[in-house]
Amino acid sequence: MKVFKDLFRDYRFALSFCVLVVLLILAGLSFFSPYDPTLWGAVPRDLSPSAKYWLGTDSNGQDVFWQATFAVRNSLIISLIAGLVSRVIAVIVGMVSGYKGGATDRVLMFLGDSLLVIPLFLIMVMLSMLVRQYMNLLVLGLLLSFFGWAWDARLIRSLILSLRERDFTQTAILSGTGTLRMVLNEYMPFAMPLIFSTLINNMSWAIGLEMTLAILGLVNMSIPTLGTMLNWAISYQAILLMRWWWIGTPVVLSIFLFIALYWMSVSISEYLDPRTRIQRVGA
Amino acid sequence: MPAQGDPVGRKEGSALAFVKRYLIPRLIQYFLVIFLGITAVFFIPRMTPNDPVQRTLQEMKARGSYLDPGTMDEIIADLTEMYGLGGSWLDQYFAFWGRLFQGDFGVSFFQFPTRVNVLINIALPWTLGLLLTTTFFSWTLGNIIGGLAGYYARRSWSRVLDTVAMIVRPLPYYIFSFGMLLLLAYVVRWFPVSGGMEIGRTVSFSWEFIKDVLWHSVLPALSLVILGGAVMFQTMKLIVQNVNAENFVQYAKLGGVTESRIVGKYVIRNALLPQITGLALSLGQIFSGALITEIVFSYPGLGTLLYNAIITGDYNLIMGITVFSIFAITTAILIVDLTYPLFDPRVRYN
Amino acid sequence: MQNTVLRTEQLKAFYVLDQFGAQKVVKAVNEVDLDIRENEVYGIAGESGCGKTTLLKALYNAIEPPLRLVGGKIYYRVNGKDVDVTTLSAEEKRKLRWEFISYVPQGSMSVLNPVLKLKETYQDFIFSHVSRQSREEALNLAKSHIAELGLPRNVLDAYPHQLSGGMRQRVTIALAALLKPRIIIGDEPTTALDVVVQRGVVQLLKAIQVKLQNTIVLVTHDMGVQANIADRVGIMYAGKIVEEGTTEKIYGEAFHPYTRYLINSLPKFGDKTMRESAPGSPPSLANVPPGCPFHPRCPRVMEICQSQMPGFTTLGADHKAACWLAGEGKNGKAS
Ligand SMILES: Nc1ncnc2c1ncn2[C@@H]1O[C@H](COP(=O)(O)OP(=O)(O)OP(=O)(O)O)[C@@H](O)[C@H]1O
Ligand SMILES: [Mg+2]
Repeated sequence: MKVFKDLFRDYRFALSFCVLVVLLILAGLSFFSPYDPTLWGAVPRDLSPSAKYWLGTDSNGQDVFWQATFAVRNSLIISLIAGLVSRVIAVIVGMVSGYKGGATDRVLMFLGDSLLVIPLFLIMVMLSMLVRQYMNLLVLGLLLSFFGWAWDARLIRSLILSLRERDFTQTAILSGTGTLRMVLNEYMPFAMPLIFSTLINNMSWAIGLEMTLAILGLVNMSIPTLGTMLNWAISYQAILLMRWWWIGTPVVLSIFLFIALYWMSVSISEYLDPRTRIQRVGA
Repeated sequence: MPAQGDPVGRKEGSALAFVKRYLIPRLIQYFLVIFLGITAVFFIPRMTPNDPVQRTLQEMKARGSYLDPGTMDEIIADLTEMYGLGGSWLDQYFAFWGRLFQGDFGVSFFQFPTRVNVLINIALPWTLGLLLTTTFFSWTLGNIIGGLAGYYARRSWSRVLDTVAMIVRPLPYYIFSFGMLLLLAYVVRWFPVSGGMEIGRTVSFSWEFIKDVLWHSVLPALSLVILGGAVMFQTMKLIVQNVNAENFVQYAKLGGVTESRIVGKYVIRNALLPQITGLALSLGQIFSGALITEIVFSYPGLGTLLYNAIITGDYNLIMGITVFSIFAITTAILIVDLTYPLFDPRVRYN
Repeated sequence: MQNTVLRTEQLKAFYVLDQFGAQKVVKAVNEVDLDIRENEVYGIAGESGCGKTTLLKALYNAIEPPLRLVGGKIYYRVNGKDVDVTTLSAEEKRKLRWEFISYVPQGSMSVLNPVLKLKETYQDFIFSHVSRQSREEALNLAKSHIAELGLPRNVLDAYPHQLSGGMRQRVTIALAALLKPRIIIGDEPTTALDVVVQRGVVQLLKAIQVKLQNTIVLVTHDMGVQANIADRVGIMYAGKIVEEGTTEKIYGEAFHPYTRYLINSLPKFGDKTMRESAPGSPPSLANVPPGCPFHPRCPRVMEICQSQMPGFTTLGADHKAACWLAGEGKNGKAS
């Protein structure tokens, strides 16, 4: 709790926390939506915002506000799947690499570096082209998680390396603790904060990439996400027709989401180690 | 550089040692990454559960492209050859490499029978021009401004810039460029909405033409420079704040070395070293970002080519662009890595 | 008696820290009066954490937050005039540095810019102080300076990482002497070096002092080095100077119990018994005991020691101590 109190002193943390809470509530509201998100024509088309339709309606005959609640929820689900699964990969790779060292370390780090260096976006495009008809939240999340672990594995590895220098590893080895037990018992508590702050960054990256793929029509267009919402708006010429409520909703929501996630992770990692901020760029 | 006679007690650092320690590992890494990347590109379509030839045809039909029977057969033959579906996987794999070495990426299915190389060649100058200039500007401006902001971290302008960077930086390329487009091309209408030049212009070396091209590239370039620059700014600011606390900077201050010398030769020059490595590591992302930005502004480079390929289901073209990009980016990274020793004497000797 | 070149009056320099809203004050230099003369080597000794580095920072007039000058004055004698240096502007301070007073850092490991050849570092220091000098002239000045001090000529063409630790330390010492300053301040310049290299470095310092006939203020907790080079020694404890005297007096007739501990902890040739050192550890400067700060560790502690700080008592020519055993303390005030 003290941690929270300290974090809240940072206005960036306080702000981003509030924004995220609002977005989560929005996502939660989707469970009370009066409309089926996949159904077209539930409401009259192309109405501007009113008391009845808070954010207007779109050309598919859907209520933009309620559609947005589903979009936020689904985008968060994708990013959570991507973030959590890639955390598992990153932790395993980082810990094994840092703990074993030697050839294992070199091979794993080479694989990771290759992922960092190759134009991932293009590989993702190729993959999604091929599995497009199987696309759903889970597949997309897994696809993203498969590519999003490399940088964080590096961070975890260097944490393990610095922890290894300390005494308690020595004592643990002397007292004969098994490798796995020792990694979990001794390292996990120290790695947890880092894992958490990289999780936030990774989620932000996943949401961004999902949006980009959605704009290119490479995901399942009938599942509302921030990306597919924007894609529908663009393909129905919402810009030219000045339907700002339709195009603006996913854009503004996603901007808030990205900034809030980033500020939160910066604030947390500065709290953990004032000298370093996580250096990850969105796609 | 061989060390001269050694009264100073200088440690040995021969050219051979440099080659062994620095050059060879990097070259090995270079070839391995290319090998891995291309191999992945080869296997990806083969790992998916359905027949790529039929899938591609379906895709093309679904997109509404009309194919007469003759073209259809040709395409089937070409697809089968491209995917090399005759023979074992190993045969196919070697044949794949063989074609790449001849610089042959096959034909585009959508713009049949134009070869993929030709399409890439047409689009490449646009991407290259955009990418080189924006990377240059975002790297230089980001580093200089970030360096000063880090050194004078307590000034108010430094804090304002930092907040701006904190807002811009987390936005993905697509959202940022799209926001710029909405704001500057639709809302205030300062810049053209799309394209690389006015429709109907012919390429020439007239001033009019150059002006038009530059005018159309302002918005995509601005988006890339601001977003890329924000990243550079933030990392540089942070590095400078750390370098500032280093002993050699404190010592120079105690020595009464003038401030301009300290900022330039002591702080920024040392802080730039990790930024060079950082540039190498982020080239892949910068490249992807440029493609995405091109798509937003329909800028006629590789990005828009990619977009059209996606829309028309032209898998071969996508594959060609990907393979080409893997070569281009890894080579660029290698070049940046190889220039690094010019800036850091510790790598050059010892 | 020679002229004073550097003088402090009741100097107080505290670290004022803000920890989660609570203010914490570290009294690192507390009411120090020094009188450092021309053409001498003045040694300062004391245990780790007693405030030696902080005192040097103050003497060098480099007091920057979180360190604050809380009270007292610092005077340099520049061109025959006493200058109160605490009132100078940043630019005036900068100009005094290296030309009037220069500084040798503790470790040489990371004090030299790793991407510059040494000659560039030398040029930067020269150009920052000597105006209208050509690149050529500056380089020649550096070269002849290096040669005079007996360092290898090609050392200037090297990068810092190419030199051994001892050579690097010699380079920084030579750099400190480059503009012939009247005072050179050294903060443990020999600490990180092995014994053989230490000797060379100490000799270089001594040679420079003899050549320039200037003043060296040298901090080291190695009493052996101190005995070798210093003319006078000040013993520091918990932010205060507790005894001061010529080297012979300090090593021969140490008065203060703390000084005796320091001297006794020196290994003596042929003596195999364990050296005794003061029991306990030095106090935290954020929380100094009242009275004489040494009293909790003092073997001859009296009642008055626990409540009042003694002033200085003159014990002979150039020898004084702040200890109740010596008497009332006429030359200083009790606090
Ligand atoms: N930047 C700082 N901020 C806060 N406290 C400091 C700072 N620097 C030093 N101190 C404190 O001031 C006291 C004196 O430190 P100083 O470095 O002057 O001691 P020293 O005698 O030079 O020790 P050493 O022999 O270890 O170098 C110590 O208690 C130290 O903890
Ligand atoms: Mg010290």
